[in-house]
Order: sequence, then C-alpha cells, then structure tokens
Amino acid sequence: MNLTSFLQEKQLTIALRGEIDHHSARDILRVVSNKIDLYLPLACVLDFREVTFMDSSGIAIVISTLRKMRELSGRLMLRDVPPQPMKVLRASGMEQIVEIEERSVSV
Amino acid sequence: MKPENSMSVEFPSRSANEALARAVVACFAAQLDPTLDELGDIKTAVSEAVTNCIVHAYRDTIGPITIRCRVLPDNVLDILVKDKGCGIADVAAARKPMFTTGGEERSGMGFTIMESFMTSLRVTSRPGKGTSVHMKRRIVRRGQAD
Repeated sequence: MNLTSFLQEKQLTIALRGEIDHHSARDILRVVSNKIDLYLPLACVLDFREVTFMDSSGIAIVISTLRKMRELSGRLMLRDVPPQPMKVLRASGMEQIVEIEERSVSV
Repeated sequence: MKPENSMSVEFPSRSANEALARAVVACFAAQLDPTLDELGDIKTAVSEAVTNCIVHAYRDTIGPITIRCRVLPDNVLDILVKDKGCGIADVAAARKPMFTTGGEERSGMGFTIMESFMTSLRVTSRPGKGTSVHMKRRIVRRGQAD
C-alpha cells in the first residue's frame, strides 16, 4: 500500500484513504509504523480526509500510532475526520486520549 | 412478526469479503430510505460482526459466514450474522469494551460499537458450534406528512 506523506519541521503528515477495516488495517499499520521509524517525527498527523469508511480496526491503528509517538515523546493528531469515522472514534473514547480535528462543514 | 422482505448471503471468511458484506447489507437497507448517518452505523456494525467471524470464529481456518437481513414492520432492519466457528466461551466477557484475544491489531471495541450503533444486539454462542449475532436497527421514517 502507498500512503502519501510529507515531513515538515519534524512533523510527519500521513494521508490515509479508502476503507479502513480489518482487511486493510494490517498494511496501513505497517506503513505508518515504518514511516515513523524512518523519520522519527516530533509530531504525527493522520489525515482522514480521504477515508470513506472506518470500523474498530482504525482504533487499533490510532492506539498503536499513539503508543509509538509517546515512545518518541511526540504528539499525535487526527485531522479532517469525516462524520462516520468520527462516530467510531467517539464510541471508542478516543477523544479523551488523542487530539482530533473534525472535518469542517463544507458550505 | 412477518418480514416484509428478506435476503441471505453466504461467503467464506476471507478478510477481502468484509467490504462485500458491508456493501450487500447497505444495498438491502437502501429500501428503508436510511440517512447517510444511519447507513454508516449499519455498515460499521456489520463490519464488526463479520470481522469477529474472520478473526476469532475461524481463527486458523476458512469457514462459511451467513448474513440474513429482513425488513420487519415499523421500518426495522433485522440483521443476523452467523458462523459455524469455535464459539465464545464467555459472551459477557467478550462484549466488554477493550476485551480482545486478537492482539495489537484489534482494539476490543467491536461489540461496544455494535451495541452503540444498533437499536438492539443479541449474541448467542456455543463453544465448538458457532456464534450468532442478531442486531436490529430502526430506521427513522423521513419525508412523510404527519
């Protein structure tokens, strides 16, 4: 799987896309983890703009990424989260442990 | 309660079929005219139930998963996800948030999400025989004059 990412001043942004379920999660987890190991960022942003569906497999990705960033004493942010993944994040209590920025309502 | 419509589908427990399961149920649910939000809830719950079959029921093997959907009176979508896998020894424990035997790739939030996204959830299981997850979701009627 190819995930677009860019590094700017020690902040690594990774753009997730498509449907995140158990089937796709293993690849995503591996790619995100490899990128963090490679760039050792101080902040990691997971961009959800292009995510069309997410189930609890996405929660495992968030928790695992959060753990990795804490090991680096860094931060994790979830950006531009659409309503459906947002609902799954909320139901799992992720708002309490990670910074989440919801998708701004488009006019 | 006599169903107004029904369908069932069976497929092997390959993870590539998770997307198929969501799509099939979403197509069937469309006749109830759900909102995008309701459809998202239904797809999420189905995804969790089917993932459980793949990850847990048929842990080291491939087996059949059956989904039966019905439209019940009062705009209720009734979904049964059934496997013939290993079963769950302690259903009450399995339903608790953060409980998982699936390792780092799983969050243990599957049943919690099914519970919070559906109107009702019933889980019956017999170790060695299989598990049935029975969910209902009432779809709000829209666009009707009161």
